Amino acid sequence: MRTLLLSLVSTIAIGAAVPASAADLTIYTYESFTAEWGPGPQVEKAFEAECGCDVEFVSVADGVALLNRVKLEGVATKADIVLGLDTNLTADAKATGLFLPSGVDRARIDVPGGWSDDTFVPFDYGYFAVVYDSETLKTPPASLKELVEGDANQKIAIQDPRTSTPGLGLLLWVKAVYGDEAPEAWAKLQKRVLTVTPGWSEAYGLFTKGEAPMVLSYTTSPAYHMIAEGTERYQAASFSEGHYLQVEVAAITTTGEKNPLAQKFMDFMTGPGFQDAIPETNWMFPAGQTDKPLNPAFEKLVKPTKTLQIAPEEIAANRKAWVDEWLAVMSK
Amino acid sequence: MNSSRHPDFRILAGLGALAFITLLIGGAFAGLIAEGAGNLSGAYAAFDSYLLRVARFTLWQAMVSTVLSVVPALFVARALSRHPQFPGRGLILHLFAVPLALPAIVVALGVLALYGRAGYFAGIMSAVSGDEWPGIYGLSGILVAHVFFNLPLATRLFLETLNTIPADQWRLASQLGMGARSAFRLIEWPALRAGLPGTAGLVFMLCITSFTIVLTLGGGPRATTLEVAIYQSLRFDFDPARAVVLTLLQIMLTMAVISVLMRLGADTAGDTGLSVAPRRFGAAGIGETMLNGALILTALLFVAGPMLATIIAGLDADLARLAGEASVQKAALTSIVLALLSASLSVVLATALVMARRVFAMRRGNGRKTLAEQATDTGAGFVLVIPPIVVGAGWFMALRHFTDVLAMAPAMVVTVNAVMAMPFAIRAIRPAYDAASERYERLCAQLGLTGWNRIRLLDWPVLCRPLSTAFAFAMALSLGDLGVIALFGSDSVQTLPYLLLARMGSYRTADAAGLALVLGLLCLALILLAGRLGKETPR
Repeated sequence: MRTLLLSLVSTIAIGAAVPASAADLTIYTYESFTAEWGPGPQVEKAFEAECGCDVEFVSVADGVALLNRVKLEGVATKADIVLGLDTNLTADAKATGLFLPSGVDRARIDVPGGWSDDTFVPFDYGYFAVVYDSETLKTPPASLKELVEGDANQKIAIQDPRTSTPGLGLLLWVKAVYGDEAPEAWAKLQKRVLTVTPGWSEAYGLFTKGEAPMVLSYTTSPAYHMIAEGTERYQAASFSEGHYLQVEVAAITTTGEKNPLAQKFMDFMTGPGFQDAIPETNWMFPAGQTDKPLNPAFEKLVKPTKTLQIAPEEIAANRKAWVDEWLAVMSK
Repeated sequence: MNSSRHPDFRILAGLGALAFITLLIGGAFAGLIAEGAGNLSGAYAAFDSYLLRVARFTLWQAMVSTVLSVVPALFVARALSRHPQFPGRGLILHLFAVPLALPAIVVALGVLALYGRAGYFAGIMSAVSGDEWPGIYGLSGILVAHVFFNLPLATRLFLETLNTIPADQWRLASQLGMGARSAFRLIEWPALRAGLPGTAGLVFMLCITSFTIVLTLGGGPRATTLEVAIYQSLRFDFDPARAVVLTLLQIMLTMAVISVLMRLGADTAGDTGLSVAPRRFGAAGIGETMLNGALILTALLFVAGPMLATIIAGLDADLARLAGEASVQKAALTSIVLALLSASLSVVLATALVMARRVFAMRRGNGRKTLAEQATDTGAGFVLVIPPIVVGAGWFMALRHFTDVLAMAPAMVVTVNAVMAMPFAIRAIRPAYDAASERYERLCAQLGLTGWNRIRLLDWPVLCRPLSTAFAFAMALSLGDLGVIALFGSDSVQTLPYLLLARMGSYRTADAAGLALVLGLLCLALILLAGRLGKETPR
């Protein structure tokens, strides 16, 4: 029995250790990217066919964990490319000095509001949105103001900005719309908040269980339900002030600078081999060249009239103060 | 005393276990301190009015949760111990270990399926109050979920304690015509009282470190625990010094509460006589039987409700497809192997500590407890309040200079889970071991029965049932772990809870519900198996 267990353990240990040493190109990313239903497997296959090389994805929980991992590893990092940071993190990431500009043709990049950063290259984007259950909520809020001031019996599940990316997204969205009056807005919105969950999954789970008729998610969430489940029950509410934009980016590290495959992958990332996989695996909008038209379901989604964004440097400088401000109001 | 002159192997075993635990925790702290020493500003800044509020809420919810879990558990355990023939008793006891294996979010959703705004009871509640039922968000939600986790745990641990009461005492009680009340006061309560601080302490530690339950059911950041602040400091702020300071604060708060708890308890009076009577109780009267039956049923309904909701949700999933998926099969196998390994290691560590503590206590007589005894006693239990993210991140920082951290993942998951489950195993094993030692220690000394022969002939027959309880708990806990695996997990080491969360995180809620069912069933199956192997006849 003991030898059996030992051999099982060593099998697992070896399984974890072997690919790390063999790959020609190592990319750090977040978990849902490499999940079997995520874009990772398709992208890996397409790029390996093109370069005739071996690509390895190493995944950690999410964008924040990704940045922490790279910070910890420093210049010794095995990652040639880090894929999956978002614009809330790029200022912090740039400050580490671990990321270098890549020569990606910027004309191939297509994100709302244009793109000027030459270190971090977008690979997809999405808008935060309030998603609602059309069976229980007949008149969804038409603006952030209506959400803030609406009927306190119609609840929304949101995420904690201290632990989750969408949670931080809503915080920035409110900040972008209300500015210095954000605390007052939060004080009103608080009455509509059913609960504040640690992550997106918990909030969305409460929402689909019928606990709350609204949840903070993305404009693209309904596309999943339409394409994978064939239902139009869950819809995103269009807000007249505009929607806050999240852009997901990748960058070459100081390790990857010495690996010609890294630059090759960055070029590949902005082309159809990568971009065609994005919409129906990552449930975000492609940020580069595609060959295939989007599934018609994406045409039915809310198209924000205005794109809201706060500059990465401003976020990096104020994030802590804003989160504290949020905490002070929401803890009352 | 003969035994004090040459080293007792039990002490060596205990010291070995202590060294192992110290290395695990110390290494993690060293990693964090080495990384955080450069910037201590965050650690100083941690102490503000916000922290004070968080600490106060953390303590408050943990204390109330503990009282609500432990007090009813005393009576449920007593009821179960009075009725060894209660229908389905064995199954109930096995079921009581399952909540520990369920990820917190599964439990939160299970609890809400009953008591939430859209829960089964919402209609009744709304009709009664005339208003729309607001759900149980807030302190009440946190308490219900914590009691769901901990009432069954405390019940089983108390039952272990009650099982150590020598059968002769019961025979004597029935000869004296003792009623249920005097039997409780004179026989059961002294035993329970000895087990109370340990069990209450364990429950308290589980509640003080609660994270997902508190945030999800708490209704807002008013309900925040220190664990959330620690998590935040290691994630968004990436401030190891602050994480260390907050962890130390959490340990100190826990120590303060535990030391108060210890005063409530008493050392077992002990019975050195050999137990000769068969185990049989005087029949309980009809009134008491009804009352006990009602108690057991209420506890069962409370625990089974959210589980049933989890099962019903799980049956909606496409289970056949899930079972056929290679990733699910692989995750299930990984979960089983890792859980079996950590449970085995956990039980070995716990047994070593229990034996060493007993020897220390015997040598001390009535003197003061030595540091070594304290360490093997309550000290080791404090590992529970060290957040897995701290252990994980600390070791990550310590190891990354020397080795491929990802390759260490399985070893880390096994060790950390084993150590985290060890306090549970100690609670299950200790009453039986101490009671046996009280009875047989002198006999062993006279016969020169030591080492392996003693374990084989004496300890094993007495301990095999509590060991299987300990094993079941440790396994359930490791099966449900998400803390360590989330840090060290990679694409090659995926467990079932990990896969469950991943599915949930990408809209596949039905799959996640199905996996929760698979996880629960797997846990139950392993517990039944552990019971078989330990020849457990839950009594």
